[in-house]
Amino acid sequence: MNPVNYLYLAALLFTIGATGVLIRRNAIVVFMCVELMLNACNLAFVAFSRMHGNLDGQIIAFFTMVVAAAEVVVGLAIIVSLFRSRHSASVDDASLMKL
Amino acid sequence: MTEQLAAYSTSTGEAVQFWILGTVAVIGALCTVFMRRAVHSALCLAGTMIILAVFYLANGAYFLGVVQIVVYTGAIMMLFLFVVMLVGVTAADSLKETIKGQRWLALLCGLGFGILLVGGIGNASLHEFTGVGEANAGGNVQGLASLMFTRYVFAFEITGALLITAAVGAMVLTHRERTERARTQRELAEQRVREGTYLPPLPAPGVYARHNAVDIAGLLPDGTPSDLTVSKTLRDRGQVRDVSREALNDLRALEQRAEERLERRAIDPPNFKRAEEASK
Repeated sequence: MNPVNYLYLAALLFTIGATGVLIRRNAIVVFMCVELMLNACNLAFVAFSRMHGNLDGQIIAFFTMVVAAAEVVVGLAIIVSLFRSRHSASVDDASLMKL
Repeated sequence: MTEQLAAYSTSTGEAVQFWILGTVAVIGALCTVFMRRAVHSALCLAGTMIILAVFYLANGAYFLGVVQIVVYTGAIMMLFLFVVMLVGVTAADSLKETIKGQRWLALLCGLGFGILLVGGIGNASLHEFTGVGEANAGGNVQGLASLMFTRYVFAFEITGALLITAAVGAMVLTHRERTERARTQRELAEQRVREGTYLPPLPAPGVYARHNAVDIAGLLPDGTPSDLTVSKTLRDRGQVRDVSREALNDLRALEQRAEERLERRAIDPPNFKRAEEASK
């Protein structure tokens, strides 16, 4: 098997995640789809790191994970405060900057 | 799988692992998108992430594989589950399309994007690969550390600042200062009397002795279920079991069975005797 297959898998997962972001209306699920896209990118980085024989790809994947963790913390806090003010987690309801 | 093998060639074992786990990962990702309840989506995504961790290990990224399990499936997905529980009551997606044809257009866009990506990878000349074995020779963690604290040390420090900012931001966003005094029980009771809402305690759920679960509405004298008897959370989730007709049917079945049993008891002893005699 050629390790390029990992890249194809990453592309597939990224596409599924992007489609999910476009299709779903629930903010939490949209957020999960973004996480799926980030994970697909990480897989591509790791596969590239193996192809080129250096560890830079793994370092960048590691930084992606750290940024994803920070992003999840802030994003979920925003979703919780949106839910508190609007009693809904749907992205359609958050159409105004202010209540 | 030894390190050498993982580095220089993809063995048959890895190919088998890739095709089996890759299929499961894609199915998990599809379930994440198409499951209606957010909890199911979260669990499917956690499964996909664990499989990705296995792929990292197979690609020689031992540190990242462990970090993926600990940080992603351990911390991030559990945070997701906590928020799903916090928000959960109305989290079931409405399936009504707000923009006409948006779903099909989105699927079309996704398909086109996927074809574009796969075509791009297919056209790239990626036929030879070096393998990460040489880079991992002194240990994967040691190699990562020596890179991170030399070439990427500035990015690493910025990451620290980012994490602190994120933590403070999350606290600021979710913290709520109580500006007025909490109302006492007496004040609440007086307010209810003044507003003329339902004054006595709410009626209990459940109808007959066989159905005293909290998700079953009590029946009014005319046989219709009463919404007041079921908790608001369950009503919002749509998890109320309406058993008004079912309960009556069950009761009828119970009565019928009781009658049958009584009859059998009247008939049984001679039957039993006859069976004993036959066995002799």
